[in-house]
Amino acid sequence: MSAACSNTPAPESEKLVIGIGNEFRGDDGVGLLVAGRFRESSDGRVKVLEASGEGTELMSLWSGAELVVVVDAVHSGGEPGRIFRFVLPGDKFPGAIFPRQSTHAFGLVEAIELSATMGSLPRRLIIYGIEGRSFQTGAEISDDVMTAASEVLARLAGEFA
Amino acid sequence: MKNKMIKVDYLARVEGEGALFVKIKNNEVADVKLRIFEPPRFFEAFLRGRKYSEAPDITARICGICPVAYQMSSVHAMENAFGVKINGQLRNLRRLLYCGEWIESHALHIYMLHAPDFLGYEDAIQMARDHPEAVKKALELKKIGNELVTLIGGREIHPINVRVGGFYRTPAKSELGAINERLKWALEAACDTVKLVATFPFPEFEQDYEFVALRHSDEYPFNEGRLVSNKGLNIGINEYERNFAEEHVEHSNSLHSVRIGHGNYFTGPLARYSLNFDMLTPLCQQLSKEAGLGTTCHNPFKSIVVRAIETVYACQEALRIIGQYEAPEQPFVPVEAKAGTGYGCTEAPRGILYHRYRVDDQGVIKDAKIVPPTSQNQKTIEQDLRRYVTMYMDQPKDKLTWQCEQAIRNYDPCISCATHFMKLEIERE
Repeated sequence: MSAACSNTPAPESEKLVIGIGNEFRGDDGVGLLVAGRFRESSDGRVKVLEASGEGTELMSLWSGAELVVVVDAVHSGGEPGRIFRFVLPGDKFPGAIFPRQSTHAFGLVEAIELSATMGSLPRRLIIYGIEGRSFQTGAEISDDVMTAASEVLARLAGEFA
Repeated sequence: MKNKMIKVDYLARVEGEGALFVKIKNNEVADVKLRIFEPPRFFEAFLRGRKYSEAPDITARICGICPVAYQMSSVHAMENAFGVKINGQLRNLRRLLYCGEWIESHALHIYMLHAPDFLGYEDAIQMARDHPEAVKKALELKKIGNELVTLIGGREIHPINVRVGGFYRTPAKSELGAINERLKWALEAACDTVKLVATFPFPEFEQDYEFVALRHSDEYPFNEGRLVSNKGLNIGINEYERNFAEEHVEHSNSLHSVRIGHGNYFTGPLARYSLNFDMLTPLCQQLSKEAGLGTTCHNPFKSIVVRAIETVYACQEALRIIGQYEAPEQPFVPVEAKAGTGYGCTEAPRGILYHRYRVDDQGVIKDAKIVPPTSQNQKTIEQDLRRYVTMYMDQPKDKLTWQCEQAIRNYDPCISCATHFMKLEIERE
């Protein structure tokens, strides 16, 4: 996996795909998988990054960018493989719909809220969430999540069209 | 209130993965259960059959916040097994890399996780509305730590430039010029941070801990030293498993570490500081004094001050190393694999991280053991909670719950080793 994690603020014209996850925790790795596949199929116009999900890191990656698409695993207890999509600004995300995990974690949700507070959100931020089935250490990505990953991958190109 | 229950699903990623449970019955603490950390058993198994050279990159994946610590403990363990010693600029570069990790990890915890507790905010987002400049400073400070890790480690997340024997590539002297200027700013910001956090209100909670940390004859510890405590421990790293054991705990999948014959212990900034105060720079010692700290600190709530002092130290040490840096002739010393067992222990931002590997004559890993700092502190955190709740039982439940969370946060428990995903609930009408 190659994650070119630059700290310099993204130029205003920059377009990014950020996959978030832990490749050793089953379906938690789906964001990284989608990002990796997108890189393989892309023409290089869109920068692809992989991240662990630490919030301040996300903030430094997307600060000032024009369009950022984040792909992450979701755990809502719903049907595995279900795809969620939120667009900011616009959609009600995350405060009202995504309960804060805790003040112990500073993750994606917190990064979005803090970026909004500090005025450093990308001009357009799209979040894809894929409902996971198993997050066991060392597990493979489940079949239904794989299917969802292919669908999200197919939809990503359209986001940058 | 005679009976109450405090329940915090504060790591509500997977049900039952992380939680705090406190039960008060007849005005006594009846039960404290803490589940916060899953030790890296999977990785110990995953490493078996892999080449020794893969250990730094594989173990770096255990933690998104402190990959450098895992890399450092693994390379030191392998070098110990092969009888290789790293000196001079290569050794300094390892310390420089560790400085970057301490700066970013401490800045994140001080400002984004711990400071809101003391200032009465629910989280950093609320804090940012009233104190945007402090949050901007925090983000910048953390970023400079990231930049240092990227520069020496090859990249910021899961650095790839570390190898057994040294590095794949070492920077030219000229490459360190830009970060040098950034670090001068970081040093000032870190000094301001000490002054800020020293003004926070701290509960009275001095405890008689056994502190365990590395101690080195010449320096504040990062990579090397003997393991010492304030209660008589003084051992080489290879004696770790003869002195410490992991006990199975019923309510948790994880293991609790104890010092054999002594019980729970405390590792991390407070322990390092209290066992190595004399190794801090004059500036750090002066700032500690101004912040009201003695040469030891037994109040875990003051760990935020100690983290700030250590951030100052990391900035100063980084500047010192860069100031006398000359690119080494070779980026690494040659390593020849041979059968044996190697031990490594380094000071991760959260405390001592122990690695032990047994390798065969082809350099294939036959057995691995990894004990992270958070799992070593778990029993002490439970003890703190039990004592804290006993002392402050009369407070309203909301306040007590919040302070219990704060008491756990004193240890900066590492959670990034587990899954990170969003917990999602959707309300339908």
